[in-house]
Amino acid sequence: MADEQSQASGEFEREPVPETALLGPSKFWGMYAGEHAAGTEFMIGPLFLAAGASLQDLILGLLLGNALAVLTWRYLVTPIAMSKRLTLYYQLERIAGGSLVKFYNVVNGVLFCFLAGAMVTVSASAVGIPFGIFYEVPAATFGFGAPSFTGLVILVGIVMAVVAAAGYEMVARVANIAAPWMIAIFAACGIVSLVQMEATSITALSAGEYWTEAIAFVQAKEGAQEFGFWQIVVFAWLCNGAMHFGMADLSIFRFAREKSSGWAPAIGMFLGHYMAWIAAALLLAAQIKLSQDHSANPGALAWGALGWTGIICVVIAGWTTANPTIYRAGLAFQGVLPKASRTAMTLVAGAVATLAGAFPNLSAQLLGFVGTYGTVLGPMGAVIFVDYHLLKRFGLADEYANRTGAAVSIAVLIAWLLPVTVGLYLIFWQGLFAAYAVIPAWLACGGIYLLLSKLTQQRE
Amino acid sequence: MTTQAKLVSLLALAATIVPSLLFFAGVIGHDTVKWTALAGTFAWFIATPLWMGRSAKKIPGEVIP
Repeated sequence: MADEQSQASGEFEREPVPETALLGPSKFWGMYAGEHAAGTEFMIGPLFLAAGASLQDLILGLLLGNALAVLTWRYLVTPIAMSKRLTLYYQLERIAGGSLVKFYNVVNGVLFCFLAGAMVTVSASAVGIPFGIFYEVPAATFGFGAPSFTGLVILVGIVMAVVAAAGYEMVARVANIAAPWMIAIFAACGIVSLVQMEATSITALSAGEYWTEAIAFVQAKEGAQEFGFWQIVVFAWLCNGAMHFGMADLSIFRFAREKSSGWAPAIGMFLGHYMAWIAAALLLAAQIKLSQDHSANPGALAWGALGWTGIICVVIAGWTTANPTIYRAGLAFQGVLPKASRTAMTLVAGAVATLAGAFPNLSAQLLGFVGTYGTVLGPMGAVIFVDYHLLKRFGLADEYANRTGAAVSIAVLIAWLLPVTVGLYLIFWQGLFAAYAVIPAWLACGGIYLLLSKLTQQRE
Repeated sequence: MTTQAKLVSLLALAATIVPSLLFFAGVIGHDTVKWTALAGTFAWFIATPLWMGRSAKKIPGEVIP
């Protein structure tokens, strides 16, 4: 019955995608073009400048990091996706067991809520501008902003949760329609910012004084900080670690007819995580030059460059990112409580996201959060990689939970949680830059899974 | 109808980005950029839904942040 429904809806959630449903490369290029120009870009770009990244490091580091991300999608994700043609969740279920996948899904859902919370904050920052309500970051991580801003966050969060509870289709359609326009607005914001900083000649652009002056201003206020070349490379490479190293995009590329579709994330990376990040960073540099204000308030930044269009862009960018994220988190929660309605669970997810959004400091720490997200979810991709490429070579059975009917694979559980626990300890207690933990955790997870498979499968 | 709507979308998109280039070149002022971009924005969201997304088949998959 479930399989029939899956086929009828065209989702093929519990079966390989059939030959007749495969899609050509243009579909993937079109999808990724709009997928990574989102509300988060308005936060991440300015945070690079606030963290002290030099313009040269940013331009070259993002170039290399995004290229590595594209290569990871192409050579790590696409071959497995095209061979198995299964969703991430169904593939994990066959390897790790249904109960463990539900647990993984809830962890994913909670992280989604925090991401959506940052987007609620971003949208509220823009909605507040016409009413004189400003986004200000308090010192404490779990400190509220001004009461008026907190009220606005709650209002925006309620609207987003209700819209998400109503369904995903309309938001997905608005996101598709808005994507090309949003990319144009990001570019326009960057160009206008350059003019505002009087960087309109080749000499001024290449000298980059507008950038160094902005960094000097921030550092004079906040103290010296450094965000070096390799930090930028690793961040750009791994900020979507859950999607490529973590194999979430198996669910996308299982529809690919040709391997060349695996290059499609390039358009998302170089429009959203290159042009848009640099443009958003220039917004902050221009604001510093014009008003000596270094607060990375997305609404105010966009307002300064493009007025009402900037405000509309920030609201739509935040909304089109937060809504599907809340919807997805609601589905994850419903997986654990199947008797609860999807609407109720989406509203719960919306409430958690709104609560997270009420703490402005969480969105100001987006660089760290995105790395943590990859550290927690990315290692599961190593389980899939080892299961697909290595287990048979070592004389072991793949998709072991599916063969034994186990609800929880102890090998996967330990292989996942052990490196993630160490990674989180290093991030939160030892101050490790979060994105640095993604690949070591991924490698450790794969190695432990291989070792434990050898031990547990031999015993049985 | 679709062809005309696509043409309007194209012009609307141009209205959001070209003025910033003209501003960069010193041809127009900042206020003109803002108002033209706003007009382009309205035109984009009126014209584009008439042709985009109606027949486009979305790739099913998990939601990407």
